[in-house]
Amino acid sequence: MMQERMSGAEIVLKALVDQGVEVVFGYPGGAVLPLYDAIFKQNHIRHILTRHEQAAVHAAEGYARSTGKVGVVLVTSGPGSTNAVTGLLDALLDSVPLVCLSGQVPTQLIGTDAFQEADTTGITRPCTKHNYLVKDVELLAGVMHEAFYVARTGRPGPVVVDLPKNVQVAEGPYVQAHQVKHKSYRPPVKGDAAAIEKAVDLIASAKRPVFYCGGGVVNSGPAACAALTELVRATGYPITLTLQGIGAFPGSDPQFLGMLGMHGTYEANLAMHGCDVMVAIGARFDDRVTGNVAGFAPGAEIIHVDVDAASINKNVRVDIPIIGDAGSVIADMLAAWKAKKCKPDGEALARWWRQIETWRARKCLAYAPSEAVIKPQFAIERLYAAAKDRDTYITTEVGQHQMWAAQFYRQEEPLHWMTSGGLGTMGYGFPAAIGVQLAHPDSLVACIAGEASFMMNMQEIATAAQYRLPVKVFILNNGYMGMVRQWQELLHGSRYSESHSEALPDIPKLADAFGITGMVVDRPADLDAAIARMIETPGAVLVDVRVDPAENCFPMIPSGATHDNMLLGELVGSRGPTVTEAGKGLV
Amino acid sequence: MQTVTTQTEAIETHTIAVLVDNEAGVLGRVIGLFSGRGYNIESLTVSEVDHHERLSRINIVTTGTPMVIEQIKAQLGRLVPVHRVRDLTSEGPSVQRELALVKVVSTGERRVESLRVADIFRARVVDSTNESFVFEIVGKTGKLDAFIRLMEPLGLIDVSRTGVAAIARGTDSL
Ligand SMILES: Cc1ncc(C[n+]2csc(CCOP(=O)(O)OP(=O)(O)O)c2C)c(N)n1
Ligand SMILES: [Mg+2]
Repeated sequence: MMQERMSGAEIVLKALVDQGVEVVFGYPGGAVLPLYDAIFKQNHIRHILTRHEQAAVHAAEGYARSTGKVGVVLVTSGPGSTNAVTGLLDALLDSVPLVCLSGQVPTQLIGTDAFQEADTTGITRPCTKHNYLVKDVELLAGVMHEAFYVARTGRPGPVVVDLPKNVQVAEGPYVQAHQVKHKSYRPPVKGDAAAIEKAVDLIASAKRPVFYCGGGVVNSGPAACAALTELVRATGYPITLTLQGIGAFPGSDPQFLGMLGMHGTYEANLAMHGCDVMVAIGARFDDRVTGNVAGFAPGAEIIHVDVDAASINKNVRVDIPIIGDAGSVIADMLAAWKAKKCKPDGEALARWWRQIETWRARKCLAYAPSEAVIKPQFAIERLYAAAKDRDTYITTEVGQHQMWAAQFYRQEEPLHWMTSGGLGTMGYGFPAAIGVQLAHPDSLVACIAGEASFMMNMQEIATAAQYRLPVKVFILNNGYMGMVRQWQELLHGSRYSESHSEALPDIPKLADAFGITGMVVDRPADLDAAIARMIETPGAVLVDVRVDPAENCFPMIPSGATHDNMLLGELVGSRGPTVTEAGKGLV
Repeated sequence: MQTVTTQTEAIETHTIAVLVDNEAGVLGRVIGLFSGRGYNIESLTVSEVDHHERLSRINIVTTGTPMVIEQIKAQLGRLVPVHRVRDLTSEGPSVQRELALVKVVSTGERRVESLRVADIFRARVVDSTNESFVFEIVGKTGKLDAFIRLMEPLGLIDVSRTGVAAIARGTDSL
């Protein structure tokens, strides 16, 4: 077969089309001009111009997470690629599949401190799943297909392809994706059958079981989430989800205990602490989930299913490790559960549920209602009430509002909840919402934001305006970097060092300056009308929701404490010690 | 479950062999992994072992608790250009060798003594002047350490070591 030859830039574009890419988020510059020229000359791929490269990456993350597809980013060399770094690490820590194409100075100038030269593969090595510097156009097509394969399979993640300018203009061969086979990379899929059988026997024999599931199930796809739901319902066992796992199991199901971890529910954390069998699937026992590992789930035998072998036995030692894709392993577990005609220990399970119901009865998320000031929790409850019957996607920024969103905005399906968990990147939510809206033009896409986080990427108003993307930014404006203020109140004697949000913009004027809609709401009685207006107004809308500046987010497991040492809100009654001296040194 | 008790678990030394694609940056990935995650490197050697397939072998001697050693192997296995990871310490007996070039500058009795010690250790003289010798010594790391210690009072001024090359005993291959 004769190989087609074309320019490097054309190879890149053709590979994108063949990989099913429809949208690229990017920002041009000298080192990517040949690529932008190739984009100009075709009409298969739509380029979305963000106003900052970090935002391009977050937008691609939102696109990827709401579709299950690989998000694509295009940036120039030097400052273009360094601006993308935060987004890349964000995607790495939350396992989001991305391919980021970066321009590079011509190969003959590499190493000379040329204009806008950066050691992009060096800088991004610890921020990516893998990266490539393509010095030879003969290899370009193969690398492009490989990059998508690596980004999408196994534990997904960001992949950088650094493209020197002379490689973009040189002529090379095009090869099809199926002609490329990776030499060493073999992502696991099927879990070990014997281990799965052992796990199912342990699950069936449990007296105080809990499922603890995370983003790995969501990443495995909607079929994996459906299989998980079937398995959990077949057992009748309680389930808790991590921040990234939200949506993997229906939020309104009575078997769902809510999110676990630092700001997780009382019942979820105590079920984790008191369980005898823990079934961890696609979750990585990170410090925000486990609290103090030395006192984590002291009586539990742990089954851990993960596609990433390095996530197993990393923070917590487990009893039955199963390396494999969550969807595949859950399906095998379900089949084994049925084949063995497993039946849970009904009596023990009933006792366990009675115990859980007493924890649930504490109503750990209760907050003091107010007619004078909008409580942030109330604002999210009202947003939920207005949006839940529509096809709605929620992104968040980072801070208290994010945790309240996780607690109060119930998700029934996967791929509808986008939040920065691992890196906790302020400035993620708004550009992510732009990416989600591009993938789902007719859906309601709302970003639950804090006023401080929003300012970290608010230049993206221009992007939303340019492409007429009707994203709704629901800013819970407490006038503080609330999460910082909360820690300062609890840990540092209420010395609010630099955490006040000074000189905030007038949101309606800001919106007006960009030709979109802005509004302010500060009375609880006006909230529903404001939310209705936000949803009905065409185009992008910014809502400045003035909320109680003093509200704290509970429950809270202080750093260094175990799951059974939660701080609860005033209404619920505090319990357990506060932060230890050792805890103050932790994050 | 057992929790991570880094303080009480014994620290072990393991030799790990890694087969990788000999491509730009692969050593940087391995070293970056160790420094980024705070693992120790006692010794690291790398060289192409299959020119046709462009494969390199990296031998790493590292220390850590058993859980950390497991983590190191899993993290290495996760790197995209890595073909295979083997723990030569836990997977049966292995042979480990290192080579050192040791330069000693001295005269008189110390010069004679350095030759005597070299003879005992089966080190070879590979360069000499009226005042200096360069010894070549091959063996386990401990033997090289002992030789170098003995040479210190005898005029030792320079040492160059290859780091550990290791291979499984018997019929197994990486
Ligand atoms: C880029 C970045 N810088 C700093 C932080 C630390 N940080 C975490 S939450 C937070 C405050 C967020 O304030 P806001 O967006 O107003 O949300 P709130 O907590 O008030 O709801 C800060 C500064 C971060 N997560 N990300
Ligand atoms: Mg705030």
